[in-house]
Amino acid sequence: MVFPQDESPLLVLRDVRKSFQEPDGGELPILDIPEFTVEAGEQVVIVGESGCGKTTLLHIIAGISRPDEGQVRINGWDITLLSEAECDRFRAENIGYVFQTFNLLPAFTALENVLLGMTFGRGKPDVARAKHLLERVGLAHRMHHKPRQLSVGEQQRVSVARALANRPKLILADEPTANVDSGNQQAVLDLLREGCREENVALILVTHSPEVARQFPRIVRLPDINLVLTRK
Amino acid sequence: MPLWKIAWRSIQHRAVASALTAFSMALGVALVVAVLVIYHVLDRSFRRSSQGYDMIVGPAKGSPLEIVLSTVYYLQAPRGTIPYEIYEELSHGRFATEVAAAIPVCIGGSYAGFPVVGTVPELFEEFRYLGDRPYEFEPGGRNFSPDAPFEAVIGATVARRAGLRVGDTFRVTHGLAEQGGHEHPDEFTIVGVLKPTGTPNDRALFVNIEGFWKLHQHDARHGKASEEEESVNPMDGDGDEATSETEAHDENHRELTAVLVKRDWTNSAKALALPMQVSKEPGVQSVIPTEEVAKLFEGLLGNIQTILLIFAVLIVVVAGIGLMVSIYNSMNERKLEIAIMRALGAKRSTVMAVILLESILLSLGGGAIGVLLGHGLIGAFSGVILEETGVRVSALSFQTVELILVPGLIILASVVGYLPALVAYRTDVAKAIASGV
Ligand SMILES: Nc1ncnc2c1ncn2[C@@H]1O[C@H](COP(=O)(O)OP(=O)(O)O)[C@@H](O)[C@H]1O
Ligand SMILES: [Mg+2]
Repeated sequence: MVFPQDESPLLVLRDVRKSFQEPDGGELPILDIPEFTVEAGEQVVIVGESGCGKTTLLHIIAGISRPDEGQVRINGWDITLLSEAECDRFRAENIGYVFQTFNLLPAFTALENVLLGMTFGRGKPDVARAKHLLERVGLAHRMHHKPRQLSVGEQQRVSVARALANRPKLILADEPTANVDSGNQQAVLDLLREGCREENVALILVTHSPEVARQFPRIVRLPDINLVLTRK
Repeated sequence: MPLWKIAWRSIQHRAVASALTAFSMALGVALVVAVLVIYHVLDRSFRRSSQGYDMIVGPAKGSPLEIVLSTVYYLQAPRGTIPYEIYEELSHGRFATEVAAAIPVCIGGSYAGFPVVGTVPELFEEFRYLGDRPYEFEPGGRNFSPDAPFEAVIGATVARRAGLRVGDTFRVTHGLAEQGGHEHPDEFTIVGVLKPTGTPNDRALFVNIEGFWKLHQHDARHGKASEEEESVNPMDGDGDEATSETEAHDENHRELTAVLVKRDWTNSAKALALPMQVSKEPGVQSVIPTEEVAKLFEGLLGNIQTILLIFAVLIVVVAGIGLMVSIYNSMNERKLEIAIMRALGAKRSTVMAVILLESILLSLGGGAIGVLLGHGLIGAFSGVILEETGVRVSALSFQTVELILVPGLIILASVVGYLPALVAYRTDVAKAIASGV
């Protein structure tokens, strides 16, 4: 049974372990996290070598992958105890996701892609809010463009607007600026961070760029997640 | 955003593939519609006995069906004549109490390839065509007079094709002209053109039976009673009957090929028994045209419809398999899109439903186009069908059985969409995202 706890942090991971099957049959341990917490509205950056399990960690927090053991509490709910369908619903209502690239569905316009972010949760798609968010990320004139008519930087801005669309508690961003040209990287990052701040959304962002990581108040390095590098 | 709209966007996104699969579905459905509509229209118009003839008394030789084909549809020559006495018995003799109207007809000869029917003007007053419609004449025309032996009225198709109008005259050809048939010198004057009825009567010329008999007397006077003349219908070439008919000719020129009967139903038991009673008379048999046509229809056309329907349905099924292949092939490139939707919180069942809806929308869309196409084809050919068969069809001849297409196509689309939908259902989100990046 899961009990919502109002006083606890937004996100609590406890004794989370995840390993993958190796081709030769052996177990390859990827994650071993005794404890990791994120407060509501907090912004955390995760850094680490390629292949150290950053993406896997985000998948576990989002409920896309299940840990082998341990608890993943979001807003008091242990999502590892939810059924898959409940977990999908929970994700639709509480979590926004920004991938490194190919975030958008190619058949839909920018506006429709943002509306899709509100489609699978409980609320009705709010066109006014979707338009407002696209204006907020500077794409008022690109609302009815298809993804292939947008630059990668513009596509990522649409993704930021979509991640915010359903008023989530937490946004997970997996190297969101890695494929964006350097001129636009900072703009996309700023929009993401400002958006989260304005709407009081917690942000967990994965990067391997030191310049990006440096801007965050809290940096966490994998695999030794308990080794807090900075905590301003 | 509603799920059907998500499905519709993917259809639009792959416009060419979608259009092709929908089109093949449309062709199959158009065939199904054409088969259904044509069969039902034929069935209905045959069954209600287009010209409204209730019962026909014809020659005893030949089958009841032959009497119907010759007397109702003018598709073959009558197999001979009947004694004039039977007409008298029906109109004011022993059978008169069960008979509301008895119309004598003598079918034989042709003009411009259309059959000539000798009869009495009451034919157009006693019978109603296509159920309850009275025969009417085009403005400026009228029915022929019983006292004017060389007056005639003609069907709408004859008027148009042969370019005949009220006031024109024509000569009846006995035997096929190109096979040495001859024209009678006496001319008939057209006094009326029937409004189109959508029945075989559109394709016939009706002359006063008195004048029709006079043609034969004329021939007899000039010693021209011969085999070719015996052939009362242009399509008939049966020489064996020459002798008997020529004899009938000489002793009595009032020959008939059939009597059209409208029964009096005040005593329905007697009216029902009338065909059997009349058939006991020598040299005649009576038929109920609707019964003969229904038998013919069920025995012959029913099988043809089944075969055509099976082919048409097979084409729809093949189109459905094409639809499955098309969507299935697109699934590989769409795994990432499915993973994105899942990351946005879509359930497995939801992404599965989107693919199924895509299949259903394509099938129903193609089906709708097919229905329009099928009815469009029927509309386009309705003129030809009317002229060639006398059966009236229209693009708007919708059949209630066509409604089966809706659940039928939804079931087909669900079956063929199931395999690709299962791919969507089983997509591993984490893997798809990893391979997409
Ligand atoms: N589904 C999987 N099956 C087996 N190994 C996997 C799977 N997903 C990821 N891995 C492995 O787990 C490790 C961590 O992957 P990932 O979390 O993507 O790392 P990062 O995002 O930090 O680069 C990598 O070595 C990767 O090869
Ligand atoms: Mg990664």
